[in-house]
Amino acid sequence: MLTITNLHASAGSKEILKGISLTVKAGEVHAIMGPNGSGKSTLAQVIAGHPGYDVTSGSIEYEGQDLLELDAEERAQQGVFLAFQYPVEIPGVTNAYFLRAAYNEIRKAHGEEEADPIEFLDIMEEKLKLVEMDASMMQRSVNAGFSGGEKKRNEILQMAVLAPKLAVLDETDSGLDIDALRIVAEGVNKLKRPTNATIVVTHYQRLLNYIIPDHVHVLAGGKIVKSGGKELAHELEAKGYDWLLEPAGV
Amino acid sequence: MSSSIEALVNKEYAYGFVTDVESDTIPVGLTEDTVRLISAKKNEPQWLLDWRLKAFRRWQSMTEPHWSNVSYPPIDYQAQTYYSAPKSVKPLQSLADVDPELLKTYEKLGISLTEQKRLNGIAVDAIFDSVSVGTTMKTELEKVGVIFCSFGEAVQHHPELVQKYLGSVVPYSDNFFAALNSAVFSDGSFVYVPKGVKCPLELSTYFRINAANTGQFERTLIVADEGASVSYLEGCTAPKRDENQLHAAVVEIIALDRSSVKYSTVQNWYAGDKNGVGGIYNFVTKRGKAMTDAKISWTQVETGSAITWKYPSVILQGDNSVGEFYSVAVVNGMQQADTGTKMIHIGRNTKSTIISKGISAGKGQNSYRGQVKVLPKAEGARNYTQCDSMLIGNACGAHTFPYIEIANNTATLEHEASTSKIGEDQIFYCKARGLNAEHAISLIVAGFCKEVFKELPMEFALEAQQLLGISLEGSVG
Repeated sequence: MLTITNLHASAGSKEILKGISLTVKAGEVHAIMGPNGSGKSTLAQVIAGHPGYDVTSGSIEYEGQDLLELDAEERAQQGVFLAFQYPVEIPGVTNAYFLRAAYNEIRKAHGEEEADPIEFLDIMEEKLKLVEMDASMMQRSVNAGFSGGEKKRNEILQMAVLAPKLAVLDETDSGLDIDALRIVAEGVNKLKRPTNATIVVTHYQRLLNYIIPDHVHVLAGGKIVKSGGKELAHELEAKGYDWLLEPAGV
Repeated sequence: MSSSIEALVNKEYAYGFVTDVESDTIPVGLTEDTVRLISAKKNEPQWLLDWRLKAFRRWQSMTEPHWSNVSYPPIDYQAQTYYSAPKSVKPLQSLADVDPELLKTYEKLGISLTEQKRLNGIAVDAIFDSVSVGTTMKTELEKVGVIFCSFGEAVQHHPELVQKYLGSVVPYSDNFFAALNSAVFSDGSFVYVPKGVKCPLELSTYFRINAANTGQFERTLIVADEGASVSYLEGCTAPKRDENQLHAAVVEIIALDRSSVKYSTVQNWYAGDKNGVGGIYNFVTKRGKAMTDAKISWTQVETGSAITWKYPSVILQGDNSVGEFYSVAVVNGMQQADTGTKMIHIGRNTKSTIISKGISAGKGQNSYRGQVKVLPKAEGARNYTQCDSMLIGNACGAHTFPYIEIANNTATLEHEASTSKIGEDQIFYCKARGLNAEHAISLIVAGFCKEVFKELPMEFALEAQQLLGISLEGSVG
């Protein structure tokens, strides 16, 4: 589904990603772990098409197309989803309106008819249950005045509605209490299909107690310094990151 | 790279076409003879001519005000034409008599003067250059006693009402532009809603400047008698021309006891090109007087004009009267707007609300200027002011000039203000959900303006939202 080859990316004159290669197949869950400042979030943003980063070399192939050729909105329309580490507030625009606009853009891109507000209400009802959100949340402005946990749940709600092929969760566990963490993780698990894939970016191992990854990668200094199975996450939990950094020359 | 906020090419102004009609245009220049000529062309009674002449003489003694936060080259008032009328407009018996070219013009503008408007429950008066070319739905309105016609017709058929109320809220001596308007105004709309009548239709006037080098000076007078209520909307467009054109209108509202008047404006005069060439200079005086238990509500969406100078105000004369001002003002390109309101609390327990949303893009400069004045007898007066500015890009400006004068210590005033910038992060968030940049901007801006849009009549809220999208199109790359 996704093949990243020797990806280099920088913000301004500062190189952040220094040669990332990663292959993600349909049905898989990959965890990207690593210390702060290692480039995890940058990788997530580059996949989503954030204009603040320049890809200086390397490639990203997604579903047989050159992802880097697509604008951020085209990537979203093609099924790439980024759950934001810091979801953005849009005052005055209801959650329901925003989500329906997004849903319809994706439908339009696939030549399907747009859903009217009534149809959309039905779609929402089922998805709200998945993240244990009250329907009243839909009438509030997008993320405005939401608690940290509500924002993250809202991201997963969007993911549930937009049904992406490739979901990238950027530090979705940060700032969550244990209940919110469980709800978010269960949401992600219920959305797992053999036809879609998830990349979970996280600093801590605890989210991976709920979302079991097939592959774990450790990112440090803009490179993947180690890859392994789910047991690697436990090893990191026990030993920290330092033992990996020095041999990798970071 | 990180700055996707960069101007692209602006979308063409869709209303910039010129209609080819033969016009009866008087020579350029402004003297007492010009005033007499206009009055004669309109077959006016002596008292009105006298009033115009007094205004003209007063105007000659006044100087153009320059306290506002806008700049423009000097206006040569002798180089303007003060009256232009499509030739075919003879006294109209029905819309069938209207020049088809004019009807086509309004169709192009999306304003239908023909029968289908009936379905929407809206009566329309269309003002083309200096004269009214037709008012729809008259019979429906006459059934309930509502008078809705051009100002000129009102002078002919209801002179006692015009004489009683003209200048009663905005005297001819009020300010430079109001004096000029009083001297040379050519047409406009007149509304009278009798005692206890709720006007069954939305009333709408559509103003169109067509002729070149011609100023438009319309005058609107709305009278809601005791216990009456009416909702009125005006829309404005003009062709694209390289010269600046002058528009100096006056609107007066009289809301008698227990009446309610809602006045909405969607102003989309030609704004000039992106280098600031051409566009309308819009100097407008709008004011209402609210008597006991009456309410006047102004809602404006200002997206056009090279320069906007406009402060729709309410004199809260009667006890318990209510004044409201809801405004969205957008500047893009080289546009300048200095707009706001005045709320003058005279009666007891008077209440006013001001919600102003300013959006600045391109090299536009947007100023909110507002005055809240509480006079000594205005026991228990209340005002709430909220003044929000949004910036798009780095070359625009937002300015706020609130003035507060309180002479009664029982008054309660609240003032909130905010300035925000449409951020890259908001746009990227929308894009990451599949919305393109323009969709994102219009969504973010619509959210910002929501409190004002919800005050517009349903029919026009959508139009305003689309207009806003068009005005800002190209402001973000």
